[in-house]
Amino acid sequence: MTMLIDAASWACLVAGSFFCVVGGIGLLRMPDFYTRIHAASVTETLGAGLLLLGLLLQAGPTLIAAKLVALGLLVFFASPTAAHALASAAMTRGLAPLLAPREDTPSKP
Amino acid sequence: MIHSVSMLVVLYLFWLLLSGNFGAFLLSAGAGCAAAVVLIARRMDVADHEGHPIHLGLRALLSYWPWLVKEIVKSGWDVSRRILDPRLPVSPTLASFKPSQKTDVGLVIHANSITLTPGTLSVQVAQDGILVHALTREGAAALAGSEMDRRVSRLEDSP
Amino acid sequence: MFAVATVALIVAVGLALVRSALGPSVFDRLLAANKIGTCAMLLLAVMSFRNGRPEFLDLALVYGMLNIIGTIAILKYFRHGDLGDPGDGDREPAQ
Repeated sequence: MTMLIDAASWACLVAGSFFCVVGGIGLLRMPDFYTRIHAASVTETLGAGLLLLGLLLQAGPTLIAAKLVALGLLVFFASPTAAHALASAAMTRGLAPLLAPREDTPSKP
Repeated sequence: MIHSVSMLVVLYLFWLLLSGNFGAFLLSAGAGCAAAVVLIARRMDVADHEGHPIHLGLRALLSYWPWLVKEIVKSGWDVSRRILDPRLPVSPTLASFKPSQKTDVGLVIHANSITLTPGTLSVQVAQDGILVHALTREGAAALAGSEMDRRVSRLEDSP
Repeated sequence: MFAVATVALIVAVGLALVRSALGPSVFDRLLAANKIGTCAMLLLAVMSFRNGRPEFLDLALVYGMLNIIGTIAILKYFRHGDLGDPGDGDREPAQ
């Protein structure tokens, strides 16, 4: 049983690390500011969620686990607020988004 | 009043979580601090159904959050595939649609869920329309009358 | 196994640092700073397990809150040109 939980927590940790790096790559590759927010939100949801889940499985039912849950709730509630504030401030200051052309071909940056 | 009591309980639990000590002095100090914060919040008039929406607590926890987590995982995987694809197949689109929620709390839950899901991002939020930036054209087309809209409305209607 | 997470988070912070250096707009830099804050918070949590010192989790909580408040405060400054603005009017933002 302990082995099983250990294996699951390692899988979560590795997957979370992978999504954190993917978010970083997206932050560099995406063509404009608004699309970069989408890349960063991969880190903040999947990356942070899986990493915290992996740590939670390592911790077991203790006060540490409760702190990890509080950390997860903080990210869960606050990160969309920050992303929305960023986007709406950029829109208010007149930063024009890069939009794809209307026809049905995938756009290239 | 019920909101003040639940706020007091939540603040006290937060104190216990951070301190981790259960001596008599720290327990009473925590109670004093929580009570002081609740008094200040009542003076500021923020301890109401909007700042502390307990009326949809348990139902949201049991039915809406698991569904939202599933959606986040699905679209997060989709966005990461697009990021790692060498051709970078994105087609950023701005779309505006009218949400069916009636209260401010429901509107905020809907807009926050849109932002939390990778691939869609709410830019401007108002009762008569949410302006959404989507990473792909398909994501923008799926917004109006979506399942998320229906689920948040059902959540908001629940007593 | 914590080493993998540590290295990945440091790489993610490095990538975000490159984006914050490249810009081009101030909002790109803010987004990168926000991501660095999130990664630093996760790094603190992972390090607390790696070194067996759970006190670091408290630091991670405080860091997460400071990250959010800092981002919102800087945004408010750039949007209204003033930190004390109540933000309830339909005024034109300061240019």
